[in-house]
Amino acid sequence: MAATPLYLSTLRREARIEGIFKAATYISAWTVLLLLAGVIITLIVGSWLTITKFGLGFLTHSKWNPVEDNYGALAPLYGTVITSVIAMIIAVPLSFGIAVFLTEICPRWLRRPISTAIELLAAIPSIVFGIWGLFFMAPVMQRSVQPWLIAHVGSIPGVGNLFQGPPYGIGVLTAGVVLAIMVLPFITAVFREVFTMTPKSLKEAAYGMGATQWNVVWDVVVPWSRTGIIGGIMLGLGRALGETMAVTFVIGNANRISSSILAPGTSIAAKIASEFAEAESAAHTSALIELGLLLFVLTFIIIASARLMLLRMDRGKAQRA
Amino acid sequence: MSNLGKRQFSNVIAFVACTMATAVGISALFAILWVLLSNGIAGMSWQVFTQTTPAPGSSGGLSNAIFGSVLMTLMGILIGAPIGILAGTHIAEYGRRSALSTVVRFINDVLLSAPSILIGLFVYTMVVVRVGHFSAIAGAIALAIISIPVMVRTTEDMLNLVPGSIRDGSAALGAHPWRTISSIVYPAARNGMITGLMLAIARISGESAPLMFTVLNNQFWSTDATRPMANLPMTIYTYAMSPYADWQRLAWQGAFIITAFILLLSILARSLSSLFGKHQSSGE
Repeated sequence: MAATPLYLSTLRREARIEGIFKAATYISAWTVLLLLAGVIITLIVGSWLTITKFGLGFLTHSKWNPVEDNYGALAPLYGTVITSVIAMIIAVPLSFGIAVFLTEICPRWLRRPISTAIELLAAIPSIVFGIWGLFFMAPVMQRSVQPWLIAHVGSIPGVGNLFQGPPYGIGVLTAGVVLAIMVLPFITAVFREVFTMTPKSLKEAAYGMGATQWNVVWDVVVPWSRTGIIGGIMLGLGRALGETMAVTFVIGNANRISSSILAPGTSIAAKIASEFAEAESAAHTSALIELGLLLFVLTFIIIASARLMLLRMDRGKAQRA
Repeated sequence: MSNLGKRQFSNVIAFVACTMATAVGISALFAILWVLLSNGIAGMSWQVFTQTTPAPGSSGGLSNAIFGSVLMTLMGILIGAPIGILAGTHIAEYGRRSALSTVVRFINDVLLSAPSILIGLFVYTMVVVRVGHFSAIAGAIALAIISIPVMVRTTEDMLNLVPGSIRDGSAALGAHPWRTISSIVYPAARNGMITGLMLAIARISGESAPLMFTVLNNQFWSTDATRPMANLPMTIYTYAMSPYADWQRLAWQGAFIITAFILLLSILARSLSSLFGKHQSSGE
């Protein structure tokens, strides 16, 4: 057989590279899935010791005793939920206000600088929020915010219990405030995006009926983007639940459940971060990894449902367009 | 008050509230930047970049921590970026409508907001426990895993911006998909992909929780990637929590350096992407 023509060898080479390249993209796509599966499996394997030892009892009490190897997740679980709830109570109205400001009120020339400033907040690393929270926010809370809360809200029956005790500065409330600032840009971004999806015709119809700008926001834009709003809130919640370094700095790392939100507490992530290096017994490490598993389940459910809602929102938009 | 009057009144109140919310958000950013600047600039000198981390009471700098952070970020992005770009290419090009892509897209978005501490625990169990000690390589792997979802997301978004007609043009000339993707689609999406790369670097260079379980820290100058290595986030954490004034000052300086780097990178990435957006809309 005569020598293969040049173009044929080129064609073969191109075809061969095609096979390799396609396989590489395919494997990489699978890698993303394998990573998630890997995280789940290692967390379960790593905490098998305490899962089998304590069973569901792990979730029902708040003793955490490395000496007797007796562990319960209630205190960090409570701290995680309560700090995130505080963060949401502060961040959601603020994010809503900022999103409305940016989409409805803001003059065009000011829109870019302001949205950039809010988005840059998301780029600041967690550790910087931590050191800022510890040296700036905590003293501010201790000197002005907490004494005011104790004096004015602490005596109201019912909610008063939440604001009693000495002003420590660091604690559950301070952690919630720092978390609120951290998740604010993420919630704002989702709100803005879903607000701008509202069909122009709907808004114009409302204006035609004599609605004020706020009427349009509240009675047209908000109902239309309801799913997206809930999705954005849950996305922020998912972030707040798993935030580690900033919370470790300001929550006080005390394994207890206090009725007052001014008191020090702990969260799942903060507990793992502050104790992992010192864990000596296998059961202690296993208990900390089981906390990680708990955090994974919690955040996965919340983030996954948030994403599903936002996806539905996208699809709804596509149908209308 | 008439109904219209009431509505106009609530309109004003609501918009004042929204403007105030924005003011609160902006002032949060400036409060952080101001505190960082005033504490981080104080006593800043070349020593910070040339000397290694000191024992309590003596003077020193952050050179070993800066070196470690740069090295691990680079190694992380070198591992993470190719996987992220290839996976993004798969879901945007080859498997656009496949079931695998739908699942990968969804799981990737979940990973994007998943707590980074869990990635740290994962790499700890998979690498650190098996090898028997902490190492810079384990840290780089953790950072790579965190950068992958960022790269997948931006790659897919940027490839989707490239018009399908130029793919058809390339295919009509007889090019294989890989040839079309590497010679036509990637160059067209270049700016956007560089933006994604910069955002991924910004994201991982400030990560601290995963490093805690993988590289730990090192007080001394070390270039051995198979051993614990100094890094900025862990040094900031240890020094800020310490009772020594010298260490706390170094923690602030470290926080200032890392934030300045990340913010500059983010602003640069942003201006690059807006440039890209303009090119797109003008039909280039």
